[in-house]
Amino acid sequence: MAVQIQIPTPLREHTQGQITVTAAGGTVRDALQDLCRQHPALTARLFDRGQVRPHLNIFLNEEDIRYLDELSTATKDGDKLDIIPAVAGG
Amino acid sequence: MASEFVRGLKCRVCGKHYNKQALNFCTDDFGPLEVDYDYGAIASAVDREKIERRPRNMWRYHELLPLDGEPTVGRQVGGTPLIRADRLAEALGVSKLWIKNDAVNFPTLSFKDRVVSVALSKAREFGFRAVGCASTGNLANSVAANAAAAGLDAYILVPSDLERSKIVGTNVFGPRLVLVRGTYDEVNRLCSQIALKFNMGIVNVNLRPYYAEGSKTFGFEIAEDLGWRVPRHVVCPMAGGSLIGKIHKAFQELKTVGLVQDAVCSMYGAQATGCNPISDAVKTGRERHKPVRKPNTICKSLAIGDPADGFFAAKIIRETGGWAEDVSDEEIAEAMALLAQTEGVFAETAGGVTVAVARKLLEQSRMPRDEEIVLCITGNGLKTQDALNDVLEEPVTIRPSLDAFEPLMGASLEPALA
Repeated sequence: MAVQIQIPTPLREHTQGQITVTAAGGTVRDALQDLCRQHPALTARLFDRGQVRPHLNIFLNEEDIRYLDELSTATKDGDKLDIIPAVAGG
Repeated sequence: MASEFVRGLKCRVCGKHYNKQALNFCTDDFGPLEVDYDYGAIASAVDREKIERRPRNMWRYHELLPLDGEPTVGRQVGGTPLIRADRLAEALGVSKLWIKNDAVNFPTLSFKDRVVSVALSKAREFGFRAVGCASTGNLANSVAANAAAAGLDAYILVPSDLERSKIVGTNVFGPRLVLVRGTYDEVNRLCSQIALKFNMGIVNVNLRPYYAEGSKTFGFEIAEDLGWRVPRHVVCPMAGGSLIGKIHKAFQELKTVGLVQDAVCSMYGAQATGCNPISDAVKTGRERHKPVRKPNTICKSLAIGDPADGFFAAKIIRETGGWAEDVSDEEIAEAMALLAQTEGVFAETAGGVTVAVARKLLEQSRMPRDEEIVLCITGNGLKTQDALNDVLEEPVTIRPSLDAFEPLMGASLEPALA
């Protein structure tokens, strides 16, 4: 499965400026892990002890993965993942 | 001119320092950034008499706000009444009750004018010409009005199912108003994406660290109006969960800079049952809230399913010995009427939430009846009139004649004096 991951501006220094990274994986977890394999500096930014950092939200095709099956949510070819800082609003 | 009292921003999670800039999260761990003050310098610069001599608005506490220069937006915001609420106290069965009434805040009748005046003044300092927000209504009103007065371009994004009065009350100021088919949380996510892509000062996204500080003035005013004293209990409505923490922070800061002696205050959070992520976290002992995907309540101003400060709000409630509760739509409407009919204060639905939750906390003995309580009223009932459709009696219509009027009086009124 090829998933398009949108990299937010503050993380692009870790992807050599790439705005979108294509990652492989049948679940959101696999896709994010493949992203981190390609750009290892992202691991510590995105994950804390194996979990997505608490102030970071992940959206699969614009739906928060916490309303789906979290990191185990299945992905299919052409899906879009967004990584978005959570401390906004109110 | 740089403020001598603000050192910059720092991450609430890891403490990393950042220079002043339009940024709301730590680039290492995405924790929220907050303003870092030099409290020693502030303590030397302020005293009670000095503040009391200043005009009665939120800027009398400017040393504890994050602007570099004079405010250029919202110079007359704040200074709202703290009302001794004896008739509501009697109805609730408590000995001493106050209402902090931001339903009459200037210019758009909610506490949001406080945060917006800081955010837009800061936006100008940063040189933004376009500003924006994600809003459940009150913030939209305030950003639109204050941006109009400041001559800034405003992009306002709201859920498309918002109350008509809040849409009109935004649109009248001529912003670019965008109705989004989705929940507030979806609007908010979109605004985060916009802030990362365009050069825009979004008050509750990239300007959020400064914006949120404006809420402290709600707490400063309560303490000053009590005679430079902090109340023992405060009940506060929660949407994003920021205000409750900022009121508490205000009290702690007043103590830190020597303006009050003690700052012991239990904080209680109020939500609607149809959108209760924070009160649920408190009641179930969960450290992190479970987001609510589709909020369903008449209290749209509090309908944030995934509150950015949910974690911090629940923490401050636990640490101060407070509690949180939530109430049904019926309880909200009844409490709006109770507040209006005992105190003459017409609060919006969020005020109904606060009053109804206060009653519930008293009934549960979570909050004592014999200690001083302040209820936070944050918005005006004229904006949410539809909520009252089922609780108010239809008024009587008569012909313009005494014959028609007299039967309405019963025996209750005495004859006029001759």
